[in-house]
Parts: sequence; structure tokens; C-alpha cells
Amino acid sequence: MAGTVTQSALPAPFQDYGLDEAYDEMIAPDGTARPQYEHLYQALRELPASEFRRRQQISDLSFLHQGITFTVYGRKEGTEKIFPNDLLPRIITNEEWIRIEKGLAQRITALNLFLKDLYHEGRILNDGVVPRELVYSCKHFRRQMRGLYVRKDAYVTVAGTDLIRMPSGEFVVLEDNLRVPSGVSYMLVSRQVMKRIFPDLFRQCGVQGIEHYSQALLATLRALAPQGCNEPTIVLLTPGVYNSAYFEHAFLARQMGIELVEGRDLVAHDNFIYMRTTEGLRRVDVIYRRIDDDFIDPLAFRQDSSLGAPGLFNAYRAGNVSLANALGTGVADDKAVYAYVPAIIKYYLGEDPVLNNVETFLMSDPVQRHHVLEQIEKYVVKAVGESGGYGMLIGPQSTAEQRDEFRRRVEEDPRNYIAQPTISLSRAPCIIDGKVQPRHVDLRPYILYGEKTTIVPGGLTRVALKKGSLVVNSSQGGGSKDTWVLH
Amino acid sequence: MLSRVAESLYWMSRYLERAEHTARVIKVQLNLMLERETEDDDRHWKRTLKSLGIEMTDVKEGEAQATAKSLIYSTASRSSIISCIMAARENSRQVREQISSEMWEQLNRMFIEVSRSGADEASDVSDFLQAIKDGAHTFQGITDSTMTHGEGWQFIQAGRSLERASSLATLIGVHFREFYGKNAEPEPLEWIGLLRSCTAFEAYCKAYTADLRPDRIAEFLVLNASFPHSIRFSADALETAMKQIGAEVSSRRSARVERIAGRMQATLAFGQIDEIMTGGLQAYLETVLRQCSQAHGALYQTYIAYPIEAALA
Repeated sequence: MAGTVTQSALPAPFQDYGLDEAYDEMIAPDGTARPQYEHLYQALRELPASEFRRRQQISDLSFLHQGITFTVYGRKEGTEKIFPNDLLPRIITNEEWIRIEKGLAQRITALNLFLKDLYHEGRILNDGVVPRELVYSCKHFRRQMRGLYVRKDAYVTVAGTDLIRMPSGEFVVLEDNLRVPSGVSYMLVSRQVMKRIFPDLFRQCGVQGIEHYSQALLATLRALAPQGCNEPTIVLLTPGVYNSAYFEHAFLARQMGIELVEGRDLVAHDNFIYMRTTEGLRRVDVIYRRIDDDFIDPLAFRQDSSLGAPGLFNAYRAGNVSLANALGTGVADDKAVYAYVPAIIKYYLGEDPVLNNVETFLMSDPVQRHHVLEQIEKYVVKAVGESGGYGMLIGPQSTAEQRDEFRRRVEEDPRNYIAQPTISLSRAPCIIDGKVQPRHVDLRPYILYGEKTTIVPGGLTRVALKKGSLVVNSSQGGGSKDTWVLH
Repeated sequence: MLSRVAESLYWMSRYLERAEHTARVIKVQLNLMLERETEDDDRHWKRTLKSLGIEMTDVKEGEAQATAKSLIYSTASRSSIISCIMAARENSRQVREQISSEMWEQLNRMFIEVSRSGADEASDVSDFLQAIKDGAHTFQGITDSTMTHGEGWQFIQAGRSLERASSLATLIGVHFREFYGKNAEPEPLEWIGLLRSCTAFEAYCKAYTADLRPDRIAEFLVLNASFPHSIRFSADALETAMKQIGAEVSSRRSARVERIAGRMQATLAFGQIDEIMTGGLQAYLETVLRQCSQAHGALYQTYIAYPIEAALA
């Protein structure tokens, strides 16, 4: 990374903490600590390294013992890995948070209106604000959803939007996750652990609580109950123990006190969905599904899926069961559609976006494609429908071979790719090998959309644990840290 | 409770019971070998295999001992101890949220130990078998003291009792067919072996003194009401579990499986050993086995794999 600015100004445990062009969450450009970090900065200077190591051990052990793991695909057995949790909290001021909250609420409202419009009249397409072919060529567009009434028009009930902080300090949206976003359990567990490890610091700082997430989620799901159903039976549908987020599914089901079901537990009969229990079949009214659209019903979508429940889609269409999120929401988090979100907000709400997008080039546009391919080493190129850090090229950190490979892929299927300038994500202090070192971070708050929009103050701060790395996904060597939003 | 969860708990428990039973029978056999003529080895191992319910058609002449050994470590054999532990762990993994974390940890620990010794040529067989027995007992203790004694726990009891009743019936049947009523009285060693295979030697001596008489041994292993490794005890436990589950789910469909378990329990509770021996112990044990498989079938049809129509009506 670029040269150090004010290294000499930083005291004892920060020898390796050189500032660079990225925004630093803790240290202002003049070398002093930002006000919200004052207490942590103090603690870092006073606590001996051995003490940090001890607390790190406590943290690691509690993650290990709770079995907080995720699965890495594409490797042999023993792929259950402990999610690395960094000890130092990432701190956000109340003013910053208010803006984020406002921006996210605005965004999810607009995206839900967009989805409703797309699957009904399609006004936004007729008005030429979003190109028709962009929507219809999206692999997550579900024609089966055309004209289907979604309960309370809540298409995206749970969203996890990835924010990054620009070198200027401004929070911008990097991507929307509107299908089955995960990671919220790490946010909740890491908070529990932090409260145990840094009780004093936690109190001094004055941190807003996030523990009500599960109740809020349950209330949001309950509100989706089909018409006339006052005491809905709500279940969480998981692909099963081999899924990377199984821990989270089990965790949330337990927190909400609802049944954790697999596709094979569900039975469709006369357009109603039941689960097989030892007492017989029990009607299911709301399904918080953590299975992708493709796999949810082999009769309506992928026939080779054994994860879903045959007949589920018909019951859904008949309005006898509600799904959260609705099917077909992936069209709105397509990375090419993303480029149009500011226009979408303007179109439906008549407002300017509170949170800006990252500048995005559509590879389907010949001019933009040419521009990017000329200097691909400056850009991040992403496949539009992928998530989890798979299928992307980080220009400045790529090899010539990888660049050629991506050029070829982009030429072959331009609709499937977008490019964004490489942005230096903001950095936050982490404890690495007993020393305080800066690592790049993003922020994924979780948004619950229903009769009202709930965003618990905080989210999952993901950390690229490798020095200099900009990839924060857990499957690619990322970790997490607790996020403190102050009062 | 979800049917799938009940199914996993039931099988977790059955597999673990099977692993423990196999470990005990092989360990006793290994011990007896020390005092026997070596030329009879093949015959003895054959009987051991038969008493574990292994089909003899699969076993070639002179290979009985090797087959028996494969029942310990071989992952290729589905009835091997190692396969049973793996199956028990896999079942518990599916329902990890429904069992206590202590239970999961114990099973996982057993699995790790078993896989490690399986891979290690130098590991001691006897120690290994002992570890299985200890591990299974520990698991049972942990289960009883850390899990709510609700529906799930009852399915665990049902699985264990059914597995135990049927494996005891097989074991006792094979032993009596071989050693009972022949002209030459078998050495007491064989009867001690049978009792030990059921952890019953000490308990038998307390009840009847060390005078080993086949009809008394049969009475003890089949009809004793208070010894945990008797068929009667297992049938009692099965019936209790079925009644509790029935009460818990309050479904009228549960009547059939309760009746089957109740009938099996009553047959044993009112059985007389002299009548049984006169009428033929083998036939009696056949009936027990048939009732076990009926109970299993009824449990499945009632709680786990019922047709949708039955549940909607």
C-alpha cells in the first residue's frame, strides 16, 4: 500500500500502524484518535499485550465451544471452520448511524416497490428507467412470480446490505443482498462474547443494544401470516446440516423458538403446506426460507433439487403459505441492476438516495466494456449473480493470467459482468499476532422490512484478515468483529 | 416434534446400543479364546458372528475370525462398531439442536477416538472395545442427566430398548441352540460367556448363586424384571416409552403401537420359564423377534413415515 503519513505520531503498541490513503476508522489523518475511539485507544495503550492475548483466547474458545462454524465449499472433509472473530470493536457514532439507517430504509422501500412493479405492471420498464432486457436477462428473474400477489407486498423481508467507507469517510452501498443474506448470527454471538470480554469498555462507550433482533425478526415474520390466520405456525427452512450457514439457521430457530425444518419435513396437500410431526401433519403458515429460489420446489424450479418441498410453489401462489423472502427477489440484487438503484429510488420515492452507490460499469454496454477492458488492472470485475466473494477479479492484485481469463469471460458473456473501480475499503484496528494492525473492513447491517422497517443498530463488520487484502468474505479468509453503534 | 427429529434420535440410540453390544460380545469371545483349544477357533467365531445376527452365507470357511475382526474396525461393514458409531454420530449431528451439547460432545469424542484407533495398527483391541463400552455408558448417563425427559428422550429409550431386546433374543437363541439339550454338557465356560455377553454374570450369581443351570440362565436373561440386560426389562422400557410418547402427542393413532408394545411386555411379564422351555425356547425367541420388528414397524407408521391421508383424516 502507499506510503506512511504520520507514523512517528503514533505511540507504543501502534508501531506497525502506518496510515495510508484509506480511511482509518480509529485514527484521524492528524494522528490523533477519533472521539468515538477515545476509550478503546486508551485501553489499547494501557492493557499489556499478554492481556489481549488472554482475552483473545477467551473469545476464540467461546466461539469454538458454541460450535460457531461455517463450511468452505470445494474442499475435502473437515471443512467446518471456526469463524475468526477479532477482539477490537468497530465503532460508529450515532450521527453516522442515523444517516445509514435512513439510507437503508429508503433503499429497501424503493427496492420492494421495484420488485412489485416488475412482477406486475412493469411501469418502470415501460417508462424506460430500467432497460427491459436487463431485467429479463437476469438469471434470478422468476417469470413464475408474474402477477402473483405477495403478502403485504413484502418481497424482501430480510436484507443484508454491504456498505463500505470511502477514503473520504462517506458510507456507500457496495451491494444489496436480497435473497437469503446470512451472517446475522455472528453479529449476535460476537456481541455476547464482547460483553463478557470488555464489560468496562462497553459501558464507558455507551453502546446501543442489538439483542432484540430475533424478536423483531419473529414479529416481522408473524405479520406475513396468510389472511385470516391469527396464530401462524412459523418455521425456518434450512437446506440441512451440510449447508455453510447451518449454524445460523439452528441458532435463529432456537432464538425465535420456531421449528427448524428441512424440505423433507414438509408435505404439500391441496395447496396447503404441512410439516410431518410425531403428532401428525401440522399446518405451516409462514416459512423463513434459507434455501435459494432454484431449490425450493422441484415442481416449479430445478427438478433435480432434493432440498425443497414439491408443491410448495402452488401453495404459495394460492396464498396459503407466505415465504420470506419472496421468490424472485434476486433480480433486484443483480449487480448490473444495482447500477440503476439510485434511479429506482428517484422513480418510486421522488427522493435522492441518502447512501450513494459505488461507480459501476456495465459490461453489456460496449462503450463501458471497452473502457474497462483497456485497463482491467484498475478495476474489480464481478459476476452479477454471484455472492460470497466467488467469481470476481481484483485488478490490482491479479496476475496477468487471471486478467486474460476475465477478459475472455467478459467478452463471452458481457451481461454477466460489471466492473467497479478498486476502492480502498476503510481500515479498522485489529489484534494480529498480539499487535495492533490495520485491516480493511466493510459493514453489513441487517434490515427487516414489514409494516415498519427495523434495523438493529450495528451489523456484521467483516474483516479481510490478510494484510492488504480487500476481500472480506468468510469463505475467502475473512473474519468479523463486533460493531458498536454509540448512543 | 418433527418426525425427522424423532427418527434421528431413535436411530442414534439404536446404533449406539448396537455398537456397545457388539463390543461386549467380541470382547467376551476374545477372552474365552485364551482358554480354548485353538483348532475350534473357526467354529467359535462362527457362532459369535451368528449370535450378532450376521448372515453366515457371507462368511467363507476359515474366515470367521477375520470377519469378526472386521466387525470392529472395518468401515466397509455396515454392522461394524466403527460404522455404528459413525451412524450414531451422523444421526445426532442432524439433530444437534435437539440434544444437549454435552451429549453431542460425548458422541463426537467417541467418534474421534474410534477413527483414531481404527487408523492406528498398533492400537490394542481390548482397550478399544473397553473404550466403546465405557463411552456408551457415559453417553447414557449424560443423556439421562442433561436432556429433558420429554418426547425426544422417550424416542431414545425406545430405540435402545428395541435394539437391546432383539439383539438379546438373537444372542440367547444362538447360544441355546448350540449348547442346550445336547448329550455332552458344555463347559461352564460357555454359559459364563453368555452371561458376560449380557453383563449378567454377577447379577445372575446374586440371584441364583454360581450354580450355572441353563433353564435358570434363560429365566434370568429372558424374564427377569429388574435386570437391565434382560428381554423382559427391555420390553418394559419399550412399553413405558411408547405410553409416554402416546400421552405426549395425544393422538389416537398411537393406540396401535402402544398395543403392540403392551402385548410384547405382557407376554414376557406373564411368561413361565418351564412352559417356555417345554414349548421350545427357540420358538419363543422367534416370537420376541417378530414382536420387535412389529413394534419398529408400528412406530415408523405412527410417528415417522405415515401416509399423508392417515394424518389428515
